[in-house]
Amino acid sequence: METVLALLVGLLFAISAYLLLSSSLIRLILGVFVLGNATHLMIFVLGRLTRESPPLIQYGLKAAEPGIANPLPQALILTAIVISFSLFAFLLVLSYRAYQSLDTINTDEMRVAEPEPAGTLLRGRDV
Amino acid sequence: MSDMTAWLVVWPVAVPLIGAALTVALWGRERAQTNIGFLAIALQLAAGLVLLQHVWENGPVAMAMGGWSAPFGIALAADVFGAGLTVVASLVAFLILIYSLTDTDADQRRAGFMPLILALMTGVAGAFLTADIFNLYVWFEVTLISSFGLMVIGGRREQLDGAVKYAFLNLLATTFLLIAIALLYGMTGTLSMADLSGKVAALPADSPIETVALLFLMSLGMKAALFPLHFWLPAAYHTPLPAVSAIFAALLTKVGVYSLIRVFMLVFPDGAEIAREAMIWVAVATMIVGALGALAESDIRRVVSFTVVSGVGVMIGGLAIGTQAALLGTTFYIIHSIIISAALFMAAGMISRAGGGTRIADLAGLYKGSPFLAVAFLLCGLSLAGVPPFAGFWPKVYLVQAGLEAGAFGIVAGILISGFLTLMLIGRSFALIFWRAAPDGAPRVVSDGGDLMKGALGALTALTFVLGVYSAPVANMAGRAASELLAPQAYIGVVLGRSAQADASGAGAAEMRP
Repeated sequence: METVLALLVGLLFAISAYLLLSSSLIRLILGVFVLGNATHLMIFVLGRLTRESPPLIQYGLKAAEPGIANPLPQALILTAIVISFSLFAFLLVLSYRAYQSLDTINTDEMRVAEPEPAGTLLRGRDV
Repeated sequence: MSDMTAWLVVWPVAVPLIGAALTVALWGRERAQTNIGFLAIALQLAAGLVLLQHVWENGPVAMAMGGWSAPFGIALAADVFGAGLTVVASLVAFLILIYSLTDTDADQRRAGFMPLILALMTGVAGAFLTADIFNLYVWFEVTLISSFGLMVIGGRREQLDGAVKYAFLNLLATTFLLIAIALLYGMTGTLSMADLSGKVAALPADSPIETVALLFLMSLGMKAALFPLHFWLPAAYHTPLPAVSAIFAALLTKVGVYSLIRVFMLVFPDGAEIAREAMIWVAVATMIVGALGALAESDIRRVVSFTVVSGVGVMIGGLAIGTQAALLGTTFYIIHSIIISAALFMAAGMISRAGGGTRIADLAGLYKGSPFLAVAFLLCGLSLAGVPPFAGFWPKVYLVQAGLEAGAFGIVAGILISGFLTLMLIGRSFALIFWRAAPDGAPRVVSDGGDLMKGALGALTALTFVLGVYSAPVANMAGRAASELLAPQAYIGVVLGRSAQADASGAGAAEMRP
């Protein structure tokens, strides 16, 4: 089972790398999204997959008995999902606003902040 | 149990967080928000000073959040390194807030300037003070999302363009950081940095430690703007409001540098040779590429952005050498760089106000209209280049000395060459912007920025001068920080040890019952 999931994680990383190499903002957003989910799945696999009892502590005990499933990856993934979801939402809005004011979703054409080199530091008169 | 002292480590994070919540609640009432913002950063500074004094006298201090003892729970912990950087960060943030009073208009402040600044400062202090590596990732994200918001306040086209690149590349970097943390957790089963310290060393020899160390170097290096992953910084840092650029340049890359130092000194104190070897060359390349990039630029705000990159190379060079003197130099350089990056971005903002633009070709003769700005820019620039008697001189002395002792000649050459290039750069920028005569002979100063801007820039300039002439306090502090980084037993003990006490008193386990 771990092997299958590890291969799936690898596949998702490959897909996201392919999408992230694109110059279209839409593909970039999808690439970031797939990358985030691949990472979440990876945390889940790295927490070790087991068919153990749920991580509950019986009444009267101070700590769980041995042989429970690892609850930590789920806490980590939940945190990471919340964060990546909010950032994903921000990226969508940002990309839409950028499209509205820059009239392009092609990153190669986004040169407003970094125009082509404008030549010399000096005006002709001073040289 | 001296619980009250452990609380000291919480306040530098909690105070701006409470401030951020209050300012969000007061949305739209920018006067009240501004007052709360100033109060929160001043209190954070005070809390940081109290914490630093306590840590200085009694050694590292830690507190397990919610009574869940480390290594199971999340602990905040402070040593001289973390506490010292928190103090410098909030001091500089306070001066940037003063600068921002003139720099932002009421509409921009109403768009959430103060809540975002306070959230950013929460994230920065949290990153400096956490003892848990997953928690470090969370603080990175807190910092990141508030910086996204700050980046686009104003909404000009350049800002949106810069923000797209900044947002995508930083999000990628933090995702790679999360991947590295996940792999580390998969190998060791723990996330507490103090616990990791021993467990990574005890891993079997065939564990992929090198891979994970390189992933940390890559992801944190991208946050810190290390070559060849520095390109997002000069693509974005010149676009937001000058006050926002100043706080980004002062603090965000330094959080990346701090985390690299923490990870490589605490989690991978030995081993990870490939990553350490790579670090040397990456550091040298960053110093030189940053300085050359600055020389090639024709926009003053982008020139200053590239000097930030060059400085990051110097700091990581010290980490790559890794001796006591080198870490002292690195710590000193981080403090110097926080001050000087903020000052230069403030100056660049004032130059664009005074000259009505940021292209160096369009700027001339500003000396006549604003001599104060000219002098402050020159002094800060000299400090950046590492000229005595300014604060930029001493860390380079320590680093060059440490490099010669350790035989790291590449890093020594990099520091000296990049310093020389920076000196050229500052001389040229000063001559073109301030010294050469304006074409029509008349001073063309539109606005010199006013007293608040001048006061903030003047305070930072004075600070870099005073720390250069009277460098003993910072050098002592950096020396203590370096010793604690090289011998982290006290830090590890206090993170793991205090939790043992909490266990004994049953505070952790008893509350787990439903």
